[in-house]
This record gives sequence, structure tokens and C-alpha cells, in this order.
Amino acid sequence: MIRSLLCLGVLSLVAVVLAMALGSVTIPLPDLWQVVLGEGSALHRTLLIDLRLPRTLAAFATGGLLAVAGALMQVLLRNPLADPYVLGLSGGAAVGALLAMLAGMGTLLISGSAFAGAMLATVLVFGLAHGTGSWTPSRLLLTGVVVAAGWGAVITLMLALTPSYKLPGMLYWLMGDVSYARSPWPALIVLIISVGLILPLARNLNVLARGPMQAAALGVSVRPLEWTIYVLASLLTATAVTTAGSIGFVGLIVPHMLRLVLGNDQRIILPASALAGGTLLVLADTLARTVIAPEQLPVGVITALLGVPTFLYLLHRSR
Amino acid sequence: MSTLRTHDLIINVPGRPDGFSLNLNIEPGQIWGVLGPNGAGKTTLMHTLAGLLPARSGQIVLNDILLKEQKRRHIARQLGLVFQERQDSFPATVMETALIGRHPWLSPWESEQGEDQARAAQALTALDVNHLSDRLLNTLSGGERQRVAIATLMTQNPDIWLLDEPTNHLDLHHQVKVMNLLADQAGTGKTVFLCLHDLNLAARWCSHVLLLYTSGDACWGPAETMLEPSALEQLYDQKLITVEVDGASLFVPVRSAPKP
Repeated sequence: MIRSLLCLGVLSLVAVVLAMALGSVTIPLPDLWQVVLGEGSALHRTLLIDLRLPRTLAAFATGGLLAVAGALMQVLLRNPLADPYVLGLSGGAAVGALLAMLAGMGTLLISGSAFAGAMLATVLVFGLAHGTGSWTPSRLLLTGVVVAAGWGAVITLMLALTPSYKLPGMLYWLMGDVSYARSPWPALIVLIISVGLILPLARNLNVLARGPMQAAALGVSVRPLEWTIYVLASLLTATAVTTAGSIGFVGLIVPHMLRLVLGNDQRIILPASALAGGTLLVLADTLARTVIAPEQLPVGVITALLGVPTFLYLLHRSR
Repeated sequence: MSTLRTHDLIINVPGRPDGFSLNLNIEPGQIWGVLGPNGAGKTTLMHTLAGLLPARSGQIVLNDILLKEQKRRHIARQLGLVFQERQDSFPATVMETALIGRHPWLSPWESEQGEDQARAAQALTALDVNHLSDRLLNTLSGGERQRVAIATLMTQNPDIWLLDEPTNHLDLHHQVKVMNLLADQAGTGKTVFLCLHDLNLAARWCSHVLLLYTSGDACWGPAETMLEPSALEQLYDQKLITVEVDGASLFVPVRSAPKP
């Protein structure tokens, strides 16, 4: 099991090196190594350290955040179809971001507004799902799906009312685009801290996957644990959406692919999701940058194009 | 060694206006059988005693401390429950399932060691499912799954065993095997409290019996005084023929329908 994590670690490293080497200018490995040693030409140094490294790390962090959030949501809702966006969080974030764009705000305020929108969506769904009684996973899921549809309508309305010169930026944001990321560090730090926080809880999650009553009978304080997962998964998703817009399918397919190979022990699945989700998005972003270089595709398109057939295949396989 | 007591406990059965106060005193070495018709509140009682459902009124005391004042993890080391219904949202193997019984005994950073594996394997062997340890739970038969659930409780190894219809889905041999296992556990000082629908298993293995009526009434005591044919006929609204076989009462339903 540790070996599979090591394998994924090596794979992530390879993906990062690949993302650094490929692009509008291909940098051969020896030159790459020179830059790592602090030498190399000024052009290569600028290209790698100022442009490609932040973008690659942002892609890695975003992918990792989404995959971990997806794995958590699937356990919380005990529904294999759950993903980080299922509760309407990306819709809230998108409305926040689009509002900021409409008002002509700068990147930082767009990010802040997206984060605020995501958090508002989280609180809204949780409050509504709670209602008069206690919430159940199916009630939370239904509330989330319906609220997400509501956000979708608001987004369409905003796009319809937006002057056309502002539309391309908005559409790119909606499709997910790592080039929006200014600094990878907030996302990377949130990823590392939250995986560190969740690992001691991972065995509790294994028990929770057997249902709340069984978990309580085995000594899990179910309600506090569910709150923790919900808040943490929302925070992870909000950070990811804020970093790179709404990128689909990473949070859904990565945990599932890993479960098929590694089983359903959250102690393995959660760190593995962080590594595999990061790797997938780094590779997708590299493709997005290189397929029609120097033009760039939004990375959300690539993950969805990879994600849809993979997911249909998984669904087909699982009867 | 753990004891479970209830003081004026009224369980919260939905739609029942009031209920009978239960003052139970469940001691180590005893095997309690809960008998009652469908919907009498047997499962509700089980869940309430495990602290998973709030009682309407009254108190539950586990080892002289109020149950609701104890931490779940602490409770799970002393009291375990086999559920009548289980949900398996994600695929899991038999061994993984038995190993979750070790959960209350491990600290957050600990993982299951050889000793935990050995306990789980021993429990699976005791229930004749060790040969299935690498199989996925959802590929097993109902009876095999039932035995895995009991093996999980055995791996958890609490002092007090609550079992909600543990003989469901089991073939005759394994019903006897499970009841013998429970008797062995009671012999080593465990406390066993189970729901049953089989009067004859209760007559043969239980030291104490609790009768739960649909009306909410209840009565309890040593098995030999409680298993009165007239009381049981009233309990199930079913005429019974009673015979003595091998030192225990055997209850057989009368074939004709009860009088209206």
C-alpha cells in the first residue's frame, strides 16, 4: 500500500517534469537540470521559474484539492456519484466570480468573490438541508442538486445580460483555466494541511462508509465527523474553484479509479487522491497548453473530454 | 465484566402513546432473549440500549455511569451491537469488515497490526467464514453476511454483546453454532442480549427472557418462569402446543388460525 503511494509520487514527479519541459518552447532535460542547479540561460530561468513552475504547481494543487474533496463527499453522502460540485458549490463560486467580473474588478477580487460565493453556497445548502429535523445524506444531496440548478439559471441569466466583450473571460473562467492562478501557494498549502488533518480521521471515514449507525456503534462521534468532512470538503473545493475556476470530473473520476485499483481504505485513498488528482490536472494542463500552441485551451475542457468516456466506462463496468 | 441497567426506561416507539417502564438489570454471564411480535420495539430497544436512539424517558446505566455521559469510543469498548440491517455503499472484503471491529481500540494514528489481524481471523474462523476473507461482502449469501457481522462484533470484543436477530438467514447448523458461541461467551463473563423470533432457541439457550408486547407492555425474568405457554400465546396472538424434549420446552404453533 505504501508502495502504491510511492508509485503515485514518482508519477506526479514525472508529470511535473514533463509540464516544465513542454510548452511553446521545449526545454531539453539537461537544460532543465541546469536551471534546477541555479544555472542556465536567463530566458530559460524566466520561462521555468516565473511562468511554468507556478502554473504547474497551481494545476497540481487544484487537481489534488478536487480529488480529495470528491473522495470526502463520496464518503459523506455514501453515494459513489457525489463529486465536489454536487452540492452546488461551484455554482455559488461562479456567480461570485462573474459578479466581480461584471463589476470590472481585478483578479484578486474575482478570486475573493468566488471564494465568498462558494462559502455562501455551502452554508445555504447545509442550512436548507437541515430544515426542521436532522439531515440525511439523500436530503443533503437533493438540496444540493436543486440549489445547483438554481445557480445554473443565475449564471445563464448573467451571461445573457453581459456585454459581449466581457464574455470570453467569463466563459474561460466557467470552463476552468489554470492560467488564472496567480500564486500556487495558497492552494498548495491548503492541500498539504488538509490532507495532514484528515489522515488521522481516515479510519473513522472507513467506518462511516458502513453507515452512521454502525459507525456510532463502533465509537465514532458521527455528527461532529460529518460536519468536519463537510466543512473541509467545502473549503478544499472553494480553494480549488478560486484558484482555477470550475474544473469538472477530476473529483469524480480520480477517487473512483483509485478505488478500483487500491480498494476503499481511506487511509490510502485520500493521499492517493491528492497525488493522482494533481498528476491528472498537470498532464491535462500541459495538453491544454501544447495541443494548439501558442493558443491555449481551457483545462476544464480537457479534463471533461478525458473524464466523460472514463466515467462512462467505469459505470458500464460496475454493472 | 460489565453490567447494563435501566431505570424507568421508556423506549421511543413512534406512534405509541405511552409504554411500560423497563427496569432491567443485565449482568455478566446472562443471556437475555427479547421476544415479541413485529413492531413491538425490539430493534428500538436494542438501539436505545446502545445509546444510538434517545429514550422517551428514564436512564441507562453502563457500569454505574449514565450511558449518555460516556464518550462513544469508550462505550464501544464495552458494548457492541450486531444490526439487523446493514448498508454496504462501497465494496469491502470480509477481512476488512471484520477488522473495523478493532476501530474503538486503536488510536487515530495506529493501523491494524498482526494482533488485530489474528483476532479478526480467529473470529472469522469461529463463524466458519475465514475461507471467504478475501471475498467482497456483496458477493456473499445472506447467511454468510450475517456470520461476518457477528464475527465483526467478536473482533470488537466488548463485554456486552447486543445482537438484533443474530440467527436471521442462518441455516440450522449455524443457528446452533451461533447460539453455542454466545453461550461460550457468556460463560467467560460476557453479557449477551439478543432479539429472537425463535421460541425454541430462546428456551434452549437464554437464561433470561424479556417479552415485549405490541401495546408497549413488557415483562421479564428468568427464562424458565417467563416461557409460559399462556403468556407466549398472548404475546404472539398464536395458539401453541408445548412439549418437553431433551429437558427444554418445545413450542409448536397450532395450525388453525386464531379466533378473532
